[in-house]
Amino acid sequence: MSQGGIAPPGPPGAREVSMTIPVAPEMEIVATAQAAALGEYIAMARDKIDEVKLALVEACINAFEHADCRDEQLHLTFRLGREPKGREWLEVEVLDKGKGFDSDQVEPPSIEKSFSGHRKRGWGLQIIRSLMDEVEITSGGGGTRILMRKYK
Amino acid sequence: MSEACKVSAERRGDVAILRTDGYINNQGGEEIAREAYAQLESGARALVLNLEKTRIVNSIGISILIEVLEKVMDRKGMLAFCGLTPTIDKTFRIMGLAQYAEIYPTQEDALRGVNPQPA
Repeated sequence: MSQGGIAPPGPPGAREVSMTIPVAPEMEIVATAQAAALGEYIAMARDKIDEVKLALVEACINAFEHADCRDEQLHLTFRLGREPKGREWLEVEVLDKGKGFDSDQVEPPSIEKSFSGHRKRGWGLQIIRSLMDEVEITSGGGGTRILMRKYK
Repeated sequence: MSEACKVSAERRGDVAILRTDGYINNQGGEEIAREAYAQLESGARALVLNLEKTRIVNSIGISILIEVLEKVMDRKGMLAFCGLTPTIDKTFRIMGLAQYAEIYPTQEDALRGVNPQPA
């Protein structure tokens, strides 16, 4: 599944930072600190940085809860880039080596379903898609990769 | 690295003001719910959740806030939020909370909202 069309990773020398976090409570906050630092580096507005942080939190906790990661880790890459027209962006890739899922089969949540008690969860993907400018999700037996981009 | 959410409560008549400070995840949400239910049990009619010291929430924490909202609605009470960052405001709207709970810019606005004055 994909939304928009995110270009393949940048050429050698691209501005990127990689980190690995363990599947453990609140480790998503460690990841958000890196996103915030890079957003500030390109002088992204604070509210936009907050949106990246929240989307990243959702990507991490989705993997923590559902992916069943074989290596008990999430592999994160943060990239900075610029469009030909000049717009700068911050991109975050969240990769897990878990069991994968079919994002097209994820039933959209609603608060009414939450009220009826049937479903109080399942909001992660919807929040990610709403807060980021471009989102690409690829998933299979080898794991899941969520690539999301925010323009400055 | 503790981002644990702290919750403090203040009572003004039958309105309880709950102020959060920190990350609202599952533990933070449960802490809010525990305090909210205690306030409802002791007679609060309306809850004002002031999130001005919270900059990040997650969907698990918000799901617990939806449970609190459901309990308040069951009791014909009122729930109002204030002090939301634009991102948290947006997320509450994505999840539909804004359809069932009022969102105000400031605590004073929220208190006026849950205590409407007769014309």
